[in-house]
Amino acid sequence: MIRGVKGGLLAAVSMALVGCAATGTEAKSAGDKPATAAADKPVKFNKDPYPSTYKGYPTRLTVVRNVTIFDGEGGRIDNGSVVLSSGKVDRIGGPDMELPTDADVYDGTGKFLTPGVIDIHSHLGDYPSPSVDAHSDGNEATSPTTPEVWSEHSVWPQDPGFTRALANGGVTTLEILPGSANLMGGRSVTLKNVPARTMQGMKFPGAPYSLKMACGENPKRVYGAKGRMPSTRMGNLAVNRATWQKAAAYKKKMDEGKAVDRDLAMETLAGVLSGEILVQNHCYRADEMAIVIDMSHEFGYKVAAFHHAVEAYKIADLLKKEGICAAMWADWWGFKMEAYDSVPENIALMFKEGACTIVHSDDANQIQRLNQEASKALAAGRRMGMQISDEQAWTWLAINPAKALGIADKTGSLKPGKMADVVLWNGNPFSVYTRPEKVWIDGALMFDAMDPKRRPVTDFELGQPGEGDVK
Amino acid sequence: MMRALFLSAAALIAVPAAAQDVAITNAKLVIGDGSAPIEGGTVVVRGGKVVAAGAGVAVPAGIERVDAQGRYVTPGIVAAFSRVGLVEVDAVTGTNDRSATRSRFSAGLDIAPALNPMGSPVAVNRAAGVTRAIVAPGSSSNLFAGQGAVVDLADDMDMVTKPRALQYVAFGEDGSAKAGGSRAATFLLFREQLLAARSYARNPATLAEWGNDAMIQRADAEALVRVINGTTPLFVRVDRAADILNVIKLKTEFPALKLVLVGATEGWLVARDIAAAKVPVLVSPLTDLPGSFEQLGATQSNAGRLKAAGVDVSVGVFDDDDAHKMGYTTQYAGNLVGLSKLPGASGLTWDQAFASITSVPARAVGMEATIGSLKAGRVGDLVIWDNDPLELGSRPTAVWIDGKRQSLVTRQDRLRDRYLTPEEGALPKAYDR
Repeated sequence: MIRGVKGGLLAAVSMALVGCAATGTEAKSAGDKPATAAADKPVKFNKDPYPSTYKGYPTRLTVVRNVTIFDGEGGRIDNGSVVLSSGKVDRIGGPDMELPTDADVYDGTGKFLTPGVIDIHSHLGDYPSPSVDAHSDGNEATSPTTPEVWSEHSVWPQDPGFTRALANGGVTTLEILPGSANLMGGRSVTLKNVPARTMQGMKFPGAPYSLKMACGENPKRVYGAKGRMPSTRMGNLAVNRATWQKAAAYKKKMDEGKAVDRDLAMETLAGVLSGEILVQNHCYRADEMAIVIDMSHEFGYKVAAFHHAVEAYKIADLLKKEGICAAMWADWWGFKMEAYDSVPENIALMFKEGACTIVHSDDANQIQRLNQEASKALAAGRRMGMQISDEQAWTWLAINPAKALGIADKTGSLKPGKMADVVLWNGNPFSVYTRPEKVWIDGALMFDAMDPKRRPVTDFELGQPGEGDVK
Repeated sequence: MMRALFLSAAALIAVPAAAQDVAITNAKLVIGDGSAPIEGGTVVVRGGKVVAAGAGVAVPAGIERVDAQGRYVTPGIVAAFSRVGLVEVDAVTGTNDRSATRSRFSAGLDIAPALNPMGSPVAVNRAAGVTRAIVAPGSSSNLFAGQGAVVDLADDMDMVTKPRALQYVAFGEDGSAKAGGSRAATFLLFREQLLAARSYARNPATLAEWGNDAMIQRADAEALVRVINGTTPLFVRVDRAADILNVIKLKTEFPALKLVLVGATEGWLVARDIAAAKVPVLVSPLTDLPGSFEQLGATQSNAGRLKAAGVDVSVGVFDDDDAHKMGYTTQYAGNLVGLSKLPGASGLTWDQAFASITSVPARAVGMEATIGSLKAGRVGDLVIWDNDPLELGSRPTAVWIDGKRQSLVTRQDRLRDRYLTPEEGALPKAYDR
């Protein structure tokens, strides 16, 4: 829809409008759900048929010292040190902490160290660069509910956007979601931001799946335009509820040990109802979030996070009470009706309420500077008199998105034993003048601004103008 | 601090004082021409125009004095390529006057009557320190998109600073789509339309003779005549290095064309040619992905490399939400300052970066004598900032446009204040204002 304008950020608008809902494909019939052969007796279906093959790259015992640390959980250490060993955070502390003598040592004077940025909302790989039609793989916009599709099956690991997010944004983990054309868009996948030949080579080991859902304008517009349900917000809810009802019946059969025809769509939804699969729900308006919350109670599931929650500030108390995170932009607004009431203080107001606050991108460009987006939100909060420290604000990019993705036990902060996903910034990361200097993923140095050999170049960019450029 | 949140409705609708004289003293004064900030500077505006700015400037007796307390005082930001005023909500078509893809007119379209100074994007961008914008149409049904304007973002009904200040056309992939499917069609259509306009200029009757076969309408021809003779700058969207060179070559046949390149994602690959042709460039500088095959060479170092080659580079915010987020202009410029610290990268100095969002775009559109700096004779567009204006989260504490103090209260502020505490009180939120 907003095709024709160039560049990625324009895609911001189009992505937000639906994640490029254009389709040219024929809709398959509603009953044409993928189904495998009927089973005669109860069987356990493989829940991990496309397993991660990622194992972390070789590491060196690494020390960064004399550095200002935001630990990702709201803590700060001035003149601190960190030890990375065998892919894990070994220890972190102040100037008195004992350091190994046989390590690679980096002096962090004047620099800042944080856990890697986690973007909970990305379409990299599914809507990659170049954004040609042949690459438009993010919305299976042929049916309003497609819980059977998995975004990982669209991920193109050669998307140059991954490398930009690493080098310019310090992004070490990201969730790739289906677009928002559908009420139930399919499963999302959590990736480590490491270049790889295959999607499996990027897949975050042990991360749970999520189901992407969407409220509001996009599903009703996309399907209303096709002359089918839903064409209204009430239609959105009706289709959702009917689908959940069906899923509840499927799950009941499974729970009772009865034989079922395997239904990949129902399998995903049953996974949500049993709590194994999280729900990431695109939803802008406060009133719609409240309705979704009631729907989740009606069918017995939990929303992990509302994404694009531009009106979270209107119901921050409700989100806090329900324990639901809000993933937000700092200041996007006005591109569509449901983004009209956006305020720059949204993120700070969620934080003020004590609710789970996340800054997300939904964009191949803004993922390269989520630290800057968080900084603007932080400044907006301080302007209204709120006391928010830099280290508290870093939780919006670290432990909070890790929680909402179900990986907070593995990454998202610099606690001993966690994955050594770490960024060394060449200044305060909330300054516009600061850039990532080094990025470690599972303790391996995957980007170094000071060393062109530690700058990944995708297959697509090899042999093209500007190959290996600073970008 | 908190008190500021509870601005009354009266504050929102208060009409700024009509006086157009003001002196700001004790400023960290940025002229906007690329020179370094002046500590302890003073700027004097009389009758809506800058009369003096610098160190040791005397304040005339009897005019309003504002002590900046050492803060940055700058010219207002000039959004280099924008749709502010043309759009309220992008996806609500009735409020979106960016493009006219079903009109039978093209180059003749003039955005001036489509501008809405009361639209909320005007106020939001103004509160971010943007006082002027170069506004271009999006597209028409034909190759030329139409005539843009230079506008002010003041809290009044007169938005147009200069109507028909530019003509806009896209080459590259977008141009191909309009022209019939290839770059060859774009260049031929461009040439034929200009030649038709030239024939019309020599003999208006020719258009009537062509009748229904005319490839342009009378209004289009009149607008294109002003492009051919250099009266109206021609803003050309172009990205691929080869396309840039071919666009520059158009000046061989039409030597009076005043070309301005928009985008120029691969400009750094042909920076010397652009510099030699003395063609200014507007970039959205953080474009660093190969979003299309005409942007394979995309890098954030584009602006710095063009500047180093001697090209006049303006920094804008486009390929993004170009109606609402002009406040990103300072952030983008600031990024270029940070970029210059990285080995292998090219950025801008702070002074260059600030000029690239004020006087340089003013020069690109031929208005450097009027807007974009605090040199004497320019419009009295002043901003006092709470911090380094290129730093994240810095905001204006006061803005003047044409010497008039502006309201900085937005609809967003009102919503924020209503929901400072989300719970409803004795009455529903609808009574809280």
